[in-house]
Amino acid sequence: MKKYLFVAALMLGATGENISDLTAAEPGKQLWTQMHMQKKLGKQVSCASCHTADLKQAGEHLRTGKRIEPMALSVNPERLTDPAKVEKWFRRNCKWTWGRECTAQEKQQIMAMMKAS
Amino acid sequence: MTLKTKQKRVLGMVLFAGCVGLSLSTLAWSDGDAWYEHDREEHEHAEGGFYGNTSDVPMITNAAYKTECSACHFAYPAGLLPERSWLSVMNNLENHFGENAELDPETQATITRYLQGHAADRIPNRFSRSILRSIRPDQAPLRITETSYFEHKHREVPDRMVRGNDKVRSFSNCLSCHSMADKGVFDEDSVRIPGFGRWED
Repeated sequence: MKKYLFVAALMLGATGENISDLTAAEPGKQLWTQMHMQKKLGKQVSCASCHTADLKQAGEHLRTGKRIEPMALSVNPERLTDPAKVEKWFRRNCKWTWGRECTAQEKQQIMAMMKAS
Repeated sequence: MTLKTKQKRVLGMVLFAGCVGLSLSTLAWSDGDAWYEHDREEHEHAEGGFYGNTSDVPMITNAAYKTECSACHFAYPAGLLPERSWLSVMNNLENHFGENAELDPETQATITRYLQGHAADRIPNRFSRSILRSIRPDQAPLRITETSYFEHKHREVPDRMVRGNDKVRSFSNCLSCHSMADKGVFDEDSVRIPGFGRWED
């Protein structure tokens, strides 16, 4: 059953339809901790490298050490309120962390996870 | 020209000079935002003027610069690097010291304009002049910490207080030790090194 739901979610996601946040949150979590080689840094990194795996916790910029406010909407309702800001950070951070832009579906899954956290 | 019109003209000139003088002095006392935001020609006449006599670097007056840059690091006052350096930083945001700091074209243009107009070679003050003097004209350093002036000023600071200090980590984190860096104040009296306290020369 779970498998079918996932496939349905993928299909809906691919056509740009809005899928339920509950279904998208799970793949979002996997994307969050998936490791990628960051060539300039010479290290494997994931979203969690800076933001931590627990979205309710504050993170820290890898290089500057600056505090990054929590990503979970339950503790930081400011998140996702400014669409331009959301797009800006997805563009930068996907390119830096994954070496490419995130797809619309991946972004939706990550946002779903933030809402569910 | 009769004597009376001549007198009137002189009186008018005196009054006009008085008005200009008064308005300029209020500008000098005000926060400075409006004073800054004029055309670049005006800055070129500023040498030796109001800012020429201050030791502090002018504070950041541009909201976009402040928001965007301080999202990741201390927002360095524009007066700490020359225009050519800022241009090279702003033209390479995709690889910003190893990070991706891309901006939308509009915000990028706004910030570039601000930095250009407020760079060390645009708004002169003591600090900016010292930094400028320590950079060769054919060089455009990307880091303030690379300038000879910076190196000279920090030459006696031991590594354990900065790189070896967990609360500081790098010379790039001005505000960790220069407690009033966000106000453009970098003098020795305001230095408080975390875990070490005041800096005694």
